[in-house]
Amino acid sequence: MSCSRRDLLKKAMCGAVAASLPLTMFRFLSPAQAQAAVAGSGKVRWGFLVDTRKCVGCGFCVKACKMENEVPYDAPVTRTWVERYVVTRDGKTHIDSPLGGRDGFVSQKVGEETIPPEEITKAFFVPKLCNQCDNPACVQVCPVGATFQTNDGVVLIDRTWCIGCGYCIMACPYGVRFFHPIYKVAEKCTFCYHRISKGMVTACVQACPFGARRIGNLKDPNDPVTRAIMTERVAVLKDEYGTKPQVFYIGLDSNVR
Amino acid sequence: MTHELFVHGAEWTVKEFFVYPNEFIYWSIQIVLYPYMTGLVAGAFVLSSLYHVFGQQDIKDMARFSLVFSLALLPVATMPLLMHLQQPLRAGNPLFTPHFTSAIAAFGIVFSTYALIVMSEIWFVYRKYFVEQIEALKGKGAVAGAKRALYRVLAMGALDVSDEAVAKDKKAVKILAGIGIPVACFLHGYAGFIFGSVKANALWMSPLMPVIFIMSAVVSGIALCMLTYIVIMEWSKLRHKGEAAEIGGAEIDLITKTSRYLLGFLIAAITLEILDLIFRGYTAMKSWDILRSVMYGKDFVNIFVLQYGCGNLVPFILLLMPRLTIRRAVVALVLVLFGVFMMRWNVVIGGQAFSLSFAGYMHYHLPVIPHNVETFKEGLGGALLVGITPFVLFWGINKVLPSLKTS
Amino acid sequence: MKNHVLRPLWVAIAFVALIFLVRHFMVPKDFGIHGRNFTYGFYRLGAIDDWKAIPVKYRGMAGCGECHEDKVAEHQKGPHHIIQCENCHGPALAHPDKPETLPIDRDRGLCLRCHAGLPYPTSQRANLPAIDPDKHNPGAPCVECHNPHNPEM
Ligand code: HEC
Ligand code: HEC
Ligand code: HEC
Ligand code: HEC
Repeated sequence: MSCSRRDLLKKAMCGAVAASLPLTMFRFLSPAQAQAAVAGSGKVRWGFLVDTRKCVGCGFCVKACKMENEVPYDAPVTRTWVERYVVTRDGKTHIDSPLGGRDGFVSQKVGEETIPPEEITKAFFVPKLCNQCDNPACVQVCPVGATFQTNDGVVLIDRTWCIGCGYCIMACPYGVRFFHPIYKVAEKCTFCYHRISKGMVTACVQACPFGARRIGNLKDPNDPVTRAIMTERVAVLKDEYGTKPQVFYIGLDSNVR
Repeated sequence: MTHELFVHGAEWTVKEFFVYPNEFIYWSIQIVLYPYMTGLVAGAFVLSSLYHVFGQQDIKDMARFSLVFSLALLPVATMPLLMHLQQPLRAGNPLFTPHFTSAIAAFGIVFSTYALIVMSEIWFVYRKYFVEQIEALKGKGAVAGAKRALYRVLAMGALDVSDEAVAKDKKAVKILAGIGIPVACFLHGYAGFIFGSVKANALWMSPLMPVIFIMSAVVSGIALCMLTYIVIMEWSKLRHKGEAAEIGGAEIDLITKTSRYLLGFLIAAITLEILDLIFRGYTAMKSWDILRSVMYGKDFVNIFVLQYGCGNLVPFILLLMPRLTIRRAVVALVLVLFGVFMMRWNVVIGGQAFSLSFAGYMHYHLPVIPHNVETFKEGLGGALLVGITPFVLFWGINKVLPSLKTS
Repeated sequence: MKNHVLRPLWVAIAFVALIFLVRHFMVPKDFGIHGRNFTYGFYRLGAIDDWKAIPVKYRGMAGCGECHEDKVAEHQKGPHHIIQCENCHGPALAHPDKPETLPIDRDRGLCLRCHAGLPYPTSQRANLPAIDPDKHNPGAPCVECHNPHNPEM
């Protein structure tokens, strides 16, 4: 009798344990791996600097991004977008981003509202893109390891392995992720990985006529972007989530969401 | 919009004020059904275990039925997920490369473990029956022969029905049911964790979420078992009217007793939900403004009228009033099931009713008439398919594993 | 017959073994921990190369002068020299091989991206030469009167 009970318990335990421990789980305990993690495995950590004071809301960055990264041009989703903030005398903040700012901002109407110029106390544009967080919540929640952080800090998606559950989309506090209308997998800004890995700048940085967007290597103290981040007063978006975003902003306002 | 341009979520999301461009209601009706269905599975199993483990004799008849019913519900718990996945053919990936820091990663593993437990338990419960059938169906034509062959496979060669062997079966059932309870709770609490751990979502993020999910799961599971039991018993009473005296319809005694358990779990569930609500209001974090506008404004009817009112308060009173009748019980049970469904809805859809920017809202419009695969899967059609499947499955399984004979 | 109790266990083990077998064939060999830890660096190494292999489409205005010398010279002299040619003409890819020619956008919207007047204090936009699109020669393409490459001309 007691024998069968023990066997049964064993059965359940074995089943659960065996099923829950694929061999890959142990790999990160290997000393070499652990060391690599501690040492920091590269000389590059990509970071981004947005100067909201320089942005005029022309939307060329959004246009370039969509073309460069093959995000269907007319789909309402986009890897990067530009928001318009209009703060009025009554303390209200009016925000919009028609088509993600793809066609620029050509009207004084914010959404459906026409705001008389004399009511405006401050108004500005804020470009948004993936923050390539140091602690990306989206990566943490991917059930299959289809999204990950490269050694140079960029968060990428494996289009051949993503199951399309949408958990990463839910987990991102910045709303930068979406389902790619054609590939049907999660999609997001990659800092134009195919460009930066060839020594080019991202499509949006190149497209910006006013230098409102810049990309640089945060591990290189002589990189102008790194220097600017170190010497100027910069802020990040929603740092209360503990994601440690690596896109820095100059001239951010408390109204910015 | 061309077919190519289909943007997941855009079909059923209407935005108001400022919402980030990429925000849509990505998790829709199927993700409402997913915790609802796992909840039913877990609840049905817990109900059957009350008898097998704790020897609650009063619900003996229900135990066998709810065990088999939880088997019928099992595949249905995965259905919403498969329908929801953008890449359903890769559904095996979480089993192949589980990334355990994700709350979804272990789903396949926990679920399979649980499925194995349920199936083993059923095997032990029915092994004696299999052997009897193998004997009884001997040499009775082709149909019976095929059935007999099926039973032979199911018996897996274990044909010993001596008292000693059957006693072993009983013991095994008890142990499996014992292990099954925590696993069932884990399976479901973990569905709650999937939501509760999303720090980006102001409504979901709460450590209470898993516990709330377990409680309401048990509530809905018990309610569905009772309801199905009543319907089936009354149905067979109608069909066999005046025939055999042994078919007596649903027994009010059994229903009254089971409803006690239901009420207990219901109280626990409501208490936790109210606590969660009060806590959010009292601490009034940054997100409270928009949460309040959703809960007390846009979703007021859904939350306070349909979920708490119709789904909790009314059945609570109905079940507590003395001299419970079958008819009153049915009304109460339907309302309880509806209430739990609304709770899932309000969590899943309600959690996406406001933008991450806290400056806008999203409204969900359930696609009723599908015009492509996506709007079927994530629409009324897909939901009904998921809702009907367990009953079809149960009908089939019941042909092999009769679970409705009263002792 | 003694241990019929164990039979479901064999089924369970067979099931787990099956998963491991399928896993062996399904999972790419370079799947593992390559980044800083299991939480953030568990992936298929080849995925990085997949991304690197994406073709570059915007190549910048450095090479345009080879063939469009006049346009570049014109463009460089005027206030629009900060604007990439490809912003207005679309990605050049392997132009002039593929595409052989680039589109020309004469839409007013192209210019209004920057020149539609928006009275926005604290924003650079307020400093750009502004017109009211409804009043400034409505209906006529801007390039009829302005040279897009060097509007000062
Ligand atoms: C190797 C020479 C070459 C280079 C480099 C080149 N082009 Fe061209 N481009 C051509 C030729 C040839 C045509 C076709 C002219 C025609 O059809 O009249 C053309 C056509 C165009 C046209 C359309 C002109 C029209 O009248 O329709 C545009 C716009 C253009 N190029 C822009 C660019 C830009 C911007 C760049 C830099 C990224 C560039 N080109 C680089 C050779 C070149
Ligand atoms: C502000 C937007 C803008 C920019 C920047 C721009 N173009 Fe153009 N380009 C136009 C427009 C608009 C036309 C059509 C002019 C017309 O119809 O008169 C044009 C016409 C042309 C043509 C055909 C002209 C012709 O008359 O045959 C060429 C070639 C060309 N551009 C090359 C360039 C090159 C090279 C650059 C970068 C150095 C550049 N453009 C930058 C807007 C622009
Ligand atoms: C990316 C933004 C941008 C776009 C798009 C743009 N411009 Fe400009 N434009 C500028 C800037 C910057 C200046 C220079 C302002 C200054 O000198 O301070 C300017 C100046 C001008 C001027 C005034 C020149 C002067 O006399 O000082 C005219 C006219 C003009 N642009 C016409 C056009 C036309 C026509 C188009 C469309 C083909 C166009 N712009 C597209 C940014 C833009
Ligand atoms: C019918 C010819 C014509 C058309 C079409 C036209 N403009 Fe002009 N534009 C002029 C003239 C003439 C001036 C200079 C006189 C003035 O300041 O009003 C001018 C001035 C400007 C200036 C300089 C204003 C300043 O304050 O320095 C800008 C910017 C400008 N135009 C942009 C545009 C844009 C953008 C379009 C297309 C939406 C456009 N124009 C269409 C004729 C035209």
